[in-house]
Amino acid sequence: MDSVLSEDPVALKILIAGGFGVGKTTLVGSISEIRPLRTEEVLSDRGVGVDDLDGVETKTTTTVAMDFGRITIREGLVVYLFGTPGQERFWFMWDELSYGALGAVVIADTRRLTDCFPSVDYFEQRGTPFVVAVNCFDGADRHSVDDVRIALDLDEDVPVLLCDVRRRTSAKEVMVTLVEHSLRTLTSAN
Amino acid sequence: MKEPPRWLDEDAGPIVRPYALIRGRTRTSGEVFDLIASVTVVGDPAPHDLEPEQQLILRAARNPISVADVAVELDLPVGVVRVLLGDLRDHGLISVTSPSETGPRPNERILKEVINGLRAL
Ligand SMILES: Nc1nc2c(ncn2[C@@H]2O[C@H](COP(=O)(O)OP(=O)(O)OP(=O)(O)O)[C@@H](O)[C@H]2O)c(=O)[nH]1
Ligand SMILES: [Mg+2]
Repeated sequence: MDSVLSEDPVALKILIAGGFGVGKTTLVGSISEIRPLRTEEVLSDRGVGVDDLDGVETKTTTTVAMDFGRITIREGLVVYLFGTPGQERFWFMWDELSYGALGAVVIADTRRLTDCFPSVDYFEQRGTPFVVAVNCFDGADRHSVDDVRIALDLDEDVPVLLCDVRRRTSAKEVMVTLVEHSLRTLTSAN
Repeated sequence: MKEPPRWLDEDAGPIVRPYALIRGRTRTSGEVFDLIASVTVVGDPAPHDLEPEQQLILRAARNPISVADVAVELDLPVGVVRVLLGDLRDHGLISVTSPSETGPRPNERILKEVINGLRAL
């Protein structure tokens, strides 16, 4: 135990990843007050007048919305959730987000499992602790967990669990499983 | 992006289109602020020649607030907010503390606290 109790505020970051329409926004919304966070993707380096204001030049950017949620555990201990699109063209956002992240949830849909391959690859390469949450769209069952583990060729210690992220209890279980996994990763590294 | 001007409150005035506000700059001279870095007002009363958005930031950051929360509160893209924050910091009006500056990686005790906190939600 630390003798100095944490007077410094602690902010933690968890990523929610997965393919289009897999339930990222639903998960963040089930356990936190969700708000859209606008970030921008630079399309071009050439300065282009963005509007009719004289002399205003800018890069061409398009705005990408990210899911943003905040869970206050207690005063001075806050967990921030960021739900990001799982496509490779958004990796510029992931690089920033995964820096110092406590971990990531990869949501998988058994009907479109390949959609989550890039996310899994990404976190494996970055060494970011992650869990795979198999969202119970039609027909996902216990077998799905084993199938998913095999199909994704996951390390044994990576948790895979079924979920229905529309339900708060299920969403909580996903988050708890992730933080427990991060804790194990942390303690086994020491 | 042809949104009509919005008024955030009475005296803030119209929000000019975001990229006009920062005159096309996309980054601050220094490091890029982490989305969960903590922004806090420091020092003296603000000068009067600030942009309305910067005044709103100072108001929002009377208590520590994350960079991402500032962007949400002001309904501006993160990149624009980072430039505004960089300017405010250069003027000595705010401090921006990145999570890595507040100590080592989260320890066991804190993670256990998080787990219990999540269960209790
Ligand atoms: N049956 C079922 N439907 C779900 C579940 N989770 C989410 N959905 C539905 O799936 C749809 C997509 O969910 P979203 O949370 O918007 O997915 P997303 O990953 O944020 O989607 P994008 O941001 O478009 O990539 C919504 O209509 C949800 O209600 C689930 O566990 N079971
Ligand atoms: Mg979404």
